[in-house]
Amino acid sequence: MPDFEVEVRVMPRESLLDPQGQTVEHALHALGFGEVRGVRIGRAIKFSLSCGSAEEAERSVRAMCERLLANPVTEDFHIAVRKAS
Amino acid sequence: MIRVAVIRFPGSNCDEDTLRAFKLAGADAYFVWHRERSLHGADIVVLPGGFAFGDYLRAGAIARFSPVMDAVCRHAREGGPVLGICNGFQVLCEANLLPGALARNAGLTFVSRPVRVRVEATDTPFTRLCPPGAIFTLPVAHGEGRYVAPPERIEELESEGRVVLRYVEGTNPNGSANDIAGITNRERNVVGIMPHPERAVDPLLGSAEGFTMFTSAVQSTALTSGGAP
Repeated sequence: MPDFEVEVRVMPRESLLDPQGQTVEHALHALGFGEVRGVRIGRAIKFSLSCGSAEEAERSVRAMCERLLANPVTEDFHIAVRKAS
Repeated sequence: MIRVAVIRFPGSNCDEDTLRAFKLAGADAYFVWHRERSLHGADIVVLPGGFAFGDYLRAGAIARFSPVMDAVCRHAREGGPVLGICNGFQVLCEANLLPGALARNAGLTFVSRPVRVRVEATDTPFTRLCPPGAIFTLPVAHGEGRYVAPPERIEELESEGRVVLRYVEGTNPNGSANDIAGITNRERNVVGIMPHPERAVDPLLGSAEGFTMFTSAVQSTALTSGGAP
C-alpha cells in the first residue's frame, strides 16, 4: 500500500476569541510590525499513513479529526494529503 | 453507605482532596484508575481536577478515550450522578456528556484565586441542599475555563435552567459566556463545574462553603437509592 504524508491544520474557529493570537499580535506591533492584523494561532499535526488511495486517506484523516484531533465546538481543521516520495 | 468512585487519570491532582471531601460528607469514597473497566458498584462518579494526560492536544481530549470512560458514560446514561470538577468538566465536555467546550481564558493567564459564584439550579444531586441563589466563595485554578458553545446552545441552557453555577456579575475570571461557571445535562444527573468545592470544605482552608455540594450529593443519592447515607 502506498504511503501518504498527512498534514492537519487545526485552527480556532473564526468567530471565537483567540487570546493567544491577540497577544502575539500585540508583541509584533511592539516590535515595529504595526501592519500585522488578525493573528490566529492553531496547531499543525503531521504523520504518515499507509492507505489504498488518497481519497481513502483523506476520509480516514477526516474521521480522526472529527473524533480526536479537533474539537467541533471550538476548532476548524484543514487536511492536506500527498503521496510520499 | 453511598459509594463514590473518584477517577484517577495520569495527571489528576485534585483526587486526594476530592476523596477526602466525600469521606467527610459520610461516603465510602475510593479511587478508580483510568485503565479499569468497572466502577466497582459506585453510586456517584467524580472526575477530579488536574491535567489528565498533560492536557496534551486539548484539555480532556485524550482522557475521554480512557477505558474507564465507557463505564462512566454508562453510569451517566442510566441516570447515575456524575460530577466533573475543573479538568473533570473539560473531560465531560470532550466526552459529549455535557454540551460546549472550555477554551483558553480570555485574559490568557492561569487564574488561581477565590471567586464568588451563585447557585442557580438546586435540582441536581450536587446542589440539592444549597439554598437557591446562595453565593459561595470557591477557588478556581485553570488556564482553560472559558465556557463556549453555539448561541442556540447557550440559549437552550438558559431557558432550561441548566446553568448550575454562575460567576457573580463583574467577577467572571475567564471570559466565560453568560458568566457560566457550571452546567448540567438535560436529565440533570451530570454536572460540570470549573470552581473547586473540594478545596473549600474546612474553615482552615479559608472557606467551608463548598462542603454543601458533597453533602448534597451523598444525601440526595441516599434518598433516591433508598439506602442510608
